[in-house]
Formats: sequence, structure tokens, C-alpha cells
Amino acid sequence: MALVTEERGQASSLSSLLALPFHWFMAALNAPMSFVQRRFGIGGMGVVFLAPNMLIFGVFVLIPVAINVAYSLTGGTAIFMDGRHFVGLDQYRSLLNCENYAIPSTCQEDAFWQSVHNTAFFVVVQVTVLVLAALGTALVLNREMRSRGFWRSVFFFPVLLSPVVVGLIWKWILQRDGLLNAILLDFGFERTLWLAERHWAMFWAIFVSVWAHLGFYTLILLAGLQAIPRDLYEAAMMDGTGRLRTFWRITLPLLWPNLLVVVILALIRAVQIFDEAFVLTGGGPGTSTMFITQYIYETGFAHVLRNLGLASAASILMGIVLVALTALQLAVSNRRAKKEGA
Amino acid sequence: MKGFKTLACGALALALSASTAFAATEVRIMWYSDGNEGEVLQDIVKRFEAQNSDIKVVIDNVAFGIIKDQLPVQLEAGRGPDIVRVVELKSQAKHWLDLRPHLKDAATFEKNFSNTLDWMRDDGSNALPGFMTQLTITGPLVNTTLFEQANVPVPGDKATWDEWADAARKVAKSQQIPIALAFDRSGHRFMGPAISMGAKVIGPDGKPAVIDDGFKAMAQRIADWHKDGTMPKEIWGGVAGTTYKGANDEFVNGQVAVYFSGSWQVAQFSQKIGDKFDWSAGSEPCGPAACTGMPGGAGLVAVKYTQHPKEVARVMEYLASEPVVREFSERTLFLPAHQGVAAKGVDFKSNDPNVKKSLDVFLKATQTASPLALKMQSYKWSGAIFAAVISRLGQVVAGEAKLDDAYARIDDDIKQKVAEASR
Repeated sequence: MALVTEERGQASSLSSLLALPFHWFMAALNAPMSFVQRRFGIGGMGVVFLAPNMLIFGVFVLIPVAINVAYSLTGGTAIFMDGRHFVGLDQYRSLLNCENYAIPSTCQEDAFWQSVHNTAFFVVVQVTVLVLAALGTALVLNREMRSRGFWRSVFFFPVLLSPVVVGLIWKWILQRDGLLNAILLDFGFERTLWLAERHWAMFWAIFVSVWAHLGFYTLILLAGLQAIPRDLYEAAMMDGTGRLRTFWRITLPLLWPNLLVVVILALIRAVQIFDEAFVLTGGGPGTSTMFITQYIYETGFAHVLRNLGLASAASILMGIVLVALTALQLAVSNRRAKKEGA
Repeated sequence: MKGFKTLACGALALALSASTAFAATEVRIMWYSDGNEGEVLQDIVKRFEAQNSDIKVVIDNVAFGIIKDQLPVQLEAGRGPDIVRVVELKSQAKHWLDLRPHLKDAATFEKNFSNTLDWMRDDGSNALPGFMTQLTITGPLVNTTLFEQANVPVPGDKATWDEWADAARKVAKSQQIPIALAFDRSGHRFMGPAISMGAKVIGPDGKPAVIDDGFKAMAQRIADWHKDGTMPKEIWGGVAGTTYKGANDEFVNGQVAVYFSGSWQVAQFSQKIGDKFDWSAGSEPCGPAACTGMPGGAGLVAVKYTQHPKEVARVMEYLASEPVVREFSERTLFLPAHQGVAAKGVDFKSNDPNVKKSLDVFLKATQTASPLALKMQSYKWSGAIFAAVISRLGQVVAGEAKLDDAYARIDDDIKQKVAEASR
């Protein structure tokens, strides 16, 4: 007993020793924080604690957004504002000058509208497929099965890869002499130019994007599934409820909040699609997989004569869409929080 | 003790003043490499430093992307290295230093590089901002082994574009390779052939006037060759906008009969192909107006924001001297822009017979390039033309647009670019 007490005493003195630097740090902070508290009062301390974060947010988000807006109101090829000319809303007019928005070739900036169409198609199809695939995968991985941890890792692994790596891997698989064609030729099929045919290129852009991001959304849904109380399923089983009905009546309603988060996050990410698609298809064939972000990059940075004004205006329009989607996400989250509170 | 302290302080002051007196002026070169040219430059610079102990040359080896994306921002801010190797010479001409007042022998410098100085200075200027470290020229690269096996003669000096395409098709059919004729996806690569077909490119008012019969003749051929399978769809039609795409891998793998690219490929083809098959540069294919490739290359220029213009001029004069340019070209397998060196010929250092043969062909092509093709390098709207041409013809190849629509769009795109840049 005495030995145990002695050991505890030694451990306690060791932890006190280790805590010393922390105490010194806190003591050093005490004086300035007391001064700040006296200066701003208890009520103002929230602002003081938020200030560093707001400063970083301001420098890296708000100021760049303001600069972007300013650039979108100017013309010329100069990089800095002092060499640029104020053109008002001309850049927006150029982007929105269209006889028929459904037919990009009738627009002044046909490439912009083609990229808008491509992005809209990509978003609708990719998000639908991604959410359904993530839901299916989460349902399967939630069941008792052999090597469940291994299978979860398999689906999550692509998420760890850089988008450029994802694009390159699939490019090697899909190119003229790639792995897929080699396999097909071995089985007597004809070679297909997967990335040079318009519809196939869009198919693969969507497929690769789903493959790369599936694991992330599966993980969110898996967490939601595991939070559903098991006794609900046991009660349903005892009542003789079928699997499909259990899914519609228990799983889906209780998973709905997670599903909404997944849908909105996937939507935001899909609107921003660039890197893996750019590496995979380069926006081609023609402009059939050119998305809005690539249009902005091409217009603002890829040309010798950089059109930063037009690129900024396009990015502001894209930003408005993203803000709307984020507002939707916030509204959904608030509604959910209110419901849970009630 | 006090005496000792005084002595120590004195010694320290003396050492400091001595080190200041002998401190070499630092000249920084921002450099990117495609091959071994960074190492060759390092060797040359070491020798320069040995002969000029008052100048220390620091080579900042960077990726090409830094020169393309970050250098313009530095220059606009009035900063940057003392010397830089750059491809976009004309569009950034306002940032280059005129070395003329600082050079020992400006007349010789000017004489040696007179063909290419307009590529890096404003229109009408007689400034000497630097020199081209290498010339490049577009032209056909031929898999001669495939031609021999197919028993098809490689088209000769005056062969037309159609004859080249026919020969390439015959070889591809005979040897059952997938690509008869590949063409880099680049507006620059297209314009040489278009000039051969009679494209005038520049209007009487000096503004771009791209769409004419010569241009259309080549554009029509490109579209037809993609339709009939002579050219592979995935190069020109495979990507969007101005994105560059080449057929290097396909050529190296022996899948291409004729690859229209340029002299810069020689070193890497030698390295990658080895003795797998024989290859060589071919003569420039002809149209009714000319048999010309499109010149280009990278230049080494002095930046006007340097604090040491005299030292920079000494470094530049050394690097531009005949023996140094000769050594640089021989070891890097680059075509020299120095007219004296080019006229005397270059003994390219390579054990690969394909290299010497190809570089000799390309060197000859630089001397017979059409005046319009040479002028395009110093034409301020070249970039806008190349961008519009490739992005719109790419859409035609992909089946998104018809040629007539593409012509109208090319005109519109160029006009818009010119208007935007002229604001």
C-alpha cells in the first residue's frame, strides 16, 4: 500500500513538473489578458478571441473576393490595377450576351456557356450517381461481414489520392494504348478512343469523379447509419417488417439529415470540378468536358494575353451559385437543428 | 587588457572592410531546363567566375511554370531576377534592359543575333535586351525504319503536304500502325504549314488578318486528315481551348510514321528511342507559297530592374560570345541563334547518328524559313492568333463546329483579344 502511494506521489510530481511550462505560459498571458478584459469588458472578449481568425479570413478570403470584384469591373491585359481601365459591367455583359442560352454557339462567349452546360450536366448526373452509390456502399459496409475493415479501407483509399494522381491513373487506363483497351483487344473487342469520343469522355469524367470521392461520402453516411438505434430494427424484425419497408420507414428517414449534408457538399464540390477532370480529359474532346473552372483558368491564365477581367466576372458568377448552395446547406442545417431542439 | 581589446576591434574592422572590398557582385539568372542545358550553363558560368572574380553568378533553376506564371507578376511589380531565360519575349519586352550602353562591343552582339533581336524588343526599338539561347523550328520527324520496311521513299526537298500525307498513309497501312501523321496541337505548329499554303496572317494595316485562302487550304486539310483517319483524333480533338498536346509517346513507341513537331524533340527522342528504330527530321513540306517551318525558341534577356546593369552586361556578353554559344549548342543539341556559329556549322556532341542528321536538317530549315514565319515571332498579336486558331480548329476536329463557323469565331476571338489588349 505504501509502495502504491509512493508511486502515485512520484507520478504526481512528474506531471506537475511537465505542467510547469504550461503554468508559466498561462501566467505570462494573465497580465495582457487582464488588461484586454479591463479595456473591452467581459462582453467584448468574444470579439477579441474571434479577431485572429477573422483577420486570417479577411486577408485570405474577403480581400481576394473584393479584389476579384474590382478586376471584374476592369479591362485590359495588365496584371496590376493601376494598369487596368474601368469598364463597368462590360465583362458581365459579354458573358451574358446570348441569343439563346440553351444553344452556346449563339452566345458571344460561347465557351463560357458551353462550360456552364457541361457543368450543369455533370452536377446533376455526378451528384445523383455519387449519392446513390455512397448510400448503397454505406448500407453494404454497415452489415456484419467478413473483413469489414478491409472493405471500408478499399472504398476510402481513393479519397487519399491527389486529384492529379487520380486523373493520371485513369488517363493511363483509358488512353489509346491503355490498360482498358489492352484488355478489350485481348477479348476480341475493338479499340475505343475513350477520351476522344464526346459522350465517352463525359462518362469517364463522371465515373472517375465518383470513384475518387465515393469513400468520403460513404463515410459520412456510414456514421449516420451507425447512429440509428439497433432496437428500432429489432422491433421491426419482431413485427415481421420486410427489408425494403424497413429501409423506407426507418433507415431513410433517420439517415435523411446526413443525406442532405452529403447532397449539398457533393453539389458544391461538383460545381467546382476542375483538377481531376482537367488532367483526365483536358476539357476535350473539343469543349465537351470543359467545366466553368477550366474556362476561368483558360481565360485568366492560360493565354498569353490574359483576360483577367472576363475570368474574374465568370468567377463572380460562379461564386454566386456557390453562395446559393452554401445558403441552402445552412438553411437545411438550421432547420435540422431547430427540429432536434424541438 | 584594454590594449588587447583595441587590437581585436581593429583586426575585426580590418577583416570586415577587406571582405566588403572583395565582395563579388551577385548576378542572378532565373533559368528553366528542358534537358541538360542547366548543367552546361553551370559549367560555363564557373569558367566565367574564374575569369571575373568580382562577379558571382547565381543560377536559380526553376520549373517552366514559374517563368510562365510567376515571373510576369514579379516584372509588373518592378522586381525579378537580373537575367532570365524566357519564351514569352515580345509580350514582356517593356521589362527588358537595353544592354547597348553597357556592352563592350554592342555592334558585334547586334550583328551576331540580328535575325532574332526583334523577337524580344518593342516594334521600332533598336534595344539589345539579350539573345536567343536556342532556335527551334517546326518540321516533320520521320520513323525511317517504318518507311524502309514499307518500301516507301521518304518525301524529298520539294515534296508537298499532300505528298507527305500520302506517304505517311502508305506506311501506316503497310506497317499496320495506328497513326499515319501526327501533329502537335498548337497554333504555332499550324501556322508554318498555313504560311506554306499562302496564308498572309497580317493585314496591310498591321492588324491580324488571319482567314484567307492559304489559311483555309491548310485548315481544310487538317479537318480532312482527321476525318479520313490520317491524323489521330485524340491529339487535336482530345483536349479543349489552348491546351497543348503532342504525340511524343506515340512516336517513341513506333506508332507514328510522320510526326510534325520540331527541333526541340531531338535530344529526348535520342534518349528515349535509343537504337529501337531509326528516325530523322525531314525536309519542310511545301505548299504553293513556301516550304517553311515556324521558328521559335527561348531567349536569355536582362531585366531592367537589375541593380547591376554593368555586371549583367558582362555576363551576357560572355554567354553570347561565339565559343560559348558553340559549346552550349554542341552539348545541349540546341540550334544556335548566333549567325556566325550557325553559318560555320555545329559539331553536335552525340553518338546517335539520328541526332546529327536531324539537327543538320533543322539547322538548314532555320536558314530557309519564310520571312513571314520569321516575322511572326516578332509580331505582337501572334499569341492571340495561335490561341484562337488552335481552340477553334480543335472544336472542328472534335465535331463541335464546322469550318466556316470556326473561321468566323477565329476572327472574333482575335478581334476581342486585340481590343482587350488595346484598352
